[in-house]
Amino acid sequence: MSTETSLLGTGLSSASLFRFATAGSVDDGKSTLVGRLLHDSKAILADQLDAVARTSADRGFGGEKGGIDLALLTDGLRAEREQGITIDVAYRYFATDRRSFILADCPGHVQYTKNTVTGASTADAVVVLIDARKGVLEQTRRHLSVLQLLRVAHVIVAVNKIDLVEFSESVFRDIEADVQKVARELGLGSDGVADLLVIPVSALDGDNVVDRSDRTPWYTGPALLEVLETLPAADELEAELESFRFPVQLVIRPQGALAPDAVAAGLDVEAYRDYRAYAGQITEGSVKLGDQVTVLSPGHEPRTTTVTGIDFAGRELEEAAAPQSVAIRLAEEIDIARGDTIAAAGTVRESTADLYAALCWLSPKPLREGAKVLVKHGTRTVQALVRNVTGKLDLATFNLEAASSLELNDIGHAQLRLAAPLPLENYLHHRRTGAFLVIDPIDGNTLAAGLVKDHPGDHEDERYVI
Amino acid sequence: MSTYTTEEPTLVTDAAVSTRLSSLDTLESEAIHIIREVVAEFEKPALLFSGGKDSVVMLHLATKAFWPGKVPFPVLHVDTGHNFPEVIDFRDRTVERLGLKLVVGSVQEFIDRGELAERADGTRNPLQTVPLLDAIQRNKFDAVFGGGRRDEDKARAKERILSLRDEFGQWDPRNQRPELWNLYNGRHTVGQHVRAFPISNWTELDIWRYIERENIELPGLYYAHDREVFARDGMWRAVGEVSQPLPHEEVITKTVRYRTVGDMSCTGAVESAAADVSAVVLEVAASTITERGATRADDRISEAAMEDRKKDGYF
Ligand SMILES: Nc1nc2c(ncn2[C@@H]2O[C@H](COP(=O)(O)OP(=O)(O)OP(=O)(O)O)[C@@H](O)[C@H]2O)c(=O)[nH]1
Ligand SMILES: [Mg+2]
Repeated sequence: MSTETSLLGTGLSSASLFRFATAGSVDDGKSTLVGRLLHDSKAILADQLDAVARTSADRGFGGEKGGIDLALLTDGLRAEREQGITIDVAYRYFATDRRSFILADCPGHVQYTKNTVTGASTADAVVVLIDARKGVLEQTRRHLSVLQLLRVAHVIVAVNKIDLVEFSESVFRDIEADVQKVARELGLGSDGVADLLVIPVSALDGDNVVDRSDRTPWYTGPALLEVLETLPAADELEAELESFRFPVQLVIRPQGALAPDAVAAGLDVEAYRDYRAYAGQITEGSVKLGDQVTVLSPGHEPRTTTVTGIDFAGRELEEAAAPQSVAIRLAEEIDIARGDTIAAAGTVRESTADLYAALCWLSPKPLREGAKVLVKHGTRTVQALVRNVTGKLDLATFNLEAASSLELNDIGHAQLRLAAPLPLENYLHHRRTGAFLVIDPIDGNTLAAGLVKDHPGDHEDERYVI
Repeated sequence: MSTYTTEEPTLVTDAAVSTRLSSLDTLESEAIHIIREVVAEFEKPALLFSGGKDSVVMLHLATKAFWPGKVPFPVLHVDTGHNFPEVIDFRDRTVERLGLKLVVGSVQEFIDRGELAERADGTRNPLQTVPLLDAIQRNKFDAVFGGGRRDEDKARAKERILSLRDEFGQWDPRNQRPELWNLYNGRHTVGQHVRAFPISNWTELDIWRYIERENIELPGLYYAHDREVFARDGMWRAVGEVSQPLPHEEVITKTVRYRTVGDMSCTGAVESAAADVSAVVLEVAASTITERGATRADDRISEAAMEDRKKDGYF
């Protein structure tokens, strides 16, 4: 039986993955929208729907009329069902004829912003919901700022509960104008980084979610799912632009001192006596056999050598691209360890111990100048000293105000001094090598999402390694 | 099982880089990245291996991640004493073939010592938590790989890829660490450990398509076979030592297969004619009911059955 042809109809043959998340203020209808998408794209199986229908009835959802509380499809924790809010991200999966989706339903409550940042950090697109009766709220502005900071490739604003404002075009247009204004102030949707689309929807009734609604005749754009099916994924947008980057996760050396005689069962021990490869996931760009690469290791001058092998589980590849996990062999026997980076020669800057960054502060423990923290970047974790906080975003004006500390949910700028230099790159152009975590050295908790900025007065092309 | 471990390298000329990776390749690559991160950052990881399809896929991914090296950690099985004999046999053959170390935690031993009590419903799935934590502490494992998938259950849908557990193995769903990009923070203090779920983002269908593509061997009961069964709780239960029909439950022979293989006392079979992997892929794609809904009595007890077990340190 040919599975590929028979599966084409179900859309599950070899579709690529698209990741999206929800955001927006509490109760704007994110979980209901996600439930509606899953339901209308037939991703809910009968036993799940039964369970949700039973709980909805028990709780008297929809009053006399009855109905199914679609938010229950993702609000999977007991505390969430009891309080009727989302606390942490729920990941759900569905597929259409066009692609497979990983969907992250995020909380709206300000207390759980860290979870929304979690969901958005891996998303190709984020759907921001706005309650048509309430318009743009502070939390909407906070989430849009986070999306701008994370450079999420596509932002879709769904003006929800349009059924509660009699499908009014003027209400929609006013909100749309507000959103455009916020986006302009934030720089969202400009410089080709993110695009922005505003859609009127009713998550509860399904208008413009999977199919276009005839109750909003004044809206001529696409339904939400059509948009999600056709947007390019972030790595499609970036693939062409980027140079090869490969943080080394570990060294595979079956005959090495650490693992004598550790060749996999069935392989000829002799054939792999001198085998040595660097395992990792390509974070950007692509690599071919024979490519010249530069190895960046702390305490070493950058070294340039040639790629002699790209291995994946017994197959030798001629080339590989992000986000493939492979093992790379190099011409010279050089000392390479976890935490080193292999990059296309002539495209990287020297490592630096001065880190200028934007931070999204996710911990109740505030950031203070002089604090010692850990910075996790790629496959390396180093100690760092917070030299100063250079500003904090004011959500009302989107201006950077003077500040000396960052509190929970603040977005700000800071300068850190690292105990060892790292191959830092501007997050604007390098979503992987420009991202880092700030970690509390005492309890190990993640304190902030960090995004590398250029050094002040720096010019892009200076400091290049040859 | 696939032959990649015994073959010498072959040169792939049609480089797969001209188009975007397929979703299956993306998921595979993500899982391998996570497995390697955990091995690099933890001192003593172990992989939960039951012989069930998800754990078989996990082990397959681990062999690919470290090729041509051996999988650099032991496997751990919590044996309920109610397992299907053919699954235990499969487990032992696989471990032997790959030259791995197997650590077994036994529910039966805990019951025999009086440290666990048999439940009224005879189900032993929830009893696995104590032997699991005991094995983790005794062996000083600081990271345990699990084959949990977010599409299995609404509480699992909420769990991070690296999930921190306290001294009692408990999961605190209201206070999870943020998990940003693909930077995993596995820092933990003494006594804490981390559960790692590299195939979090795979669906049941992804698992089956991968098994088909990679030609992975599974225990035979995943495919249609004739078996003596009786109906209970709307499922077909196999007749066996620990699952005996009551007088009113009629025993018949049916063509069935299992969608999950757990404890014999609570895992049901589904009627199916899917005798090979491609037939199963089609069946799963067309299924209108989830694998747990179809086959696990223990998850039907309450709406929060899985959440409660996870909070207590379950897989
Ligand atoms: N009339 C109407 N009600 C809606 C619509 N969408 C959501 N609701 C209701 O709004 C309430 C909140 O919906 P949720 O989906 O839980 O909101 P949420 O944004 O997920 O909330 P948090 O995750 O806690 O931030 C529920 O009572 C929904 O039934 C809509 O389009 N129309
Ligand atoms: Mg919600």
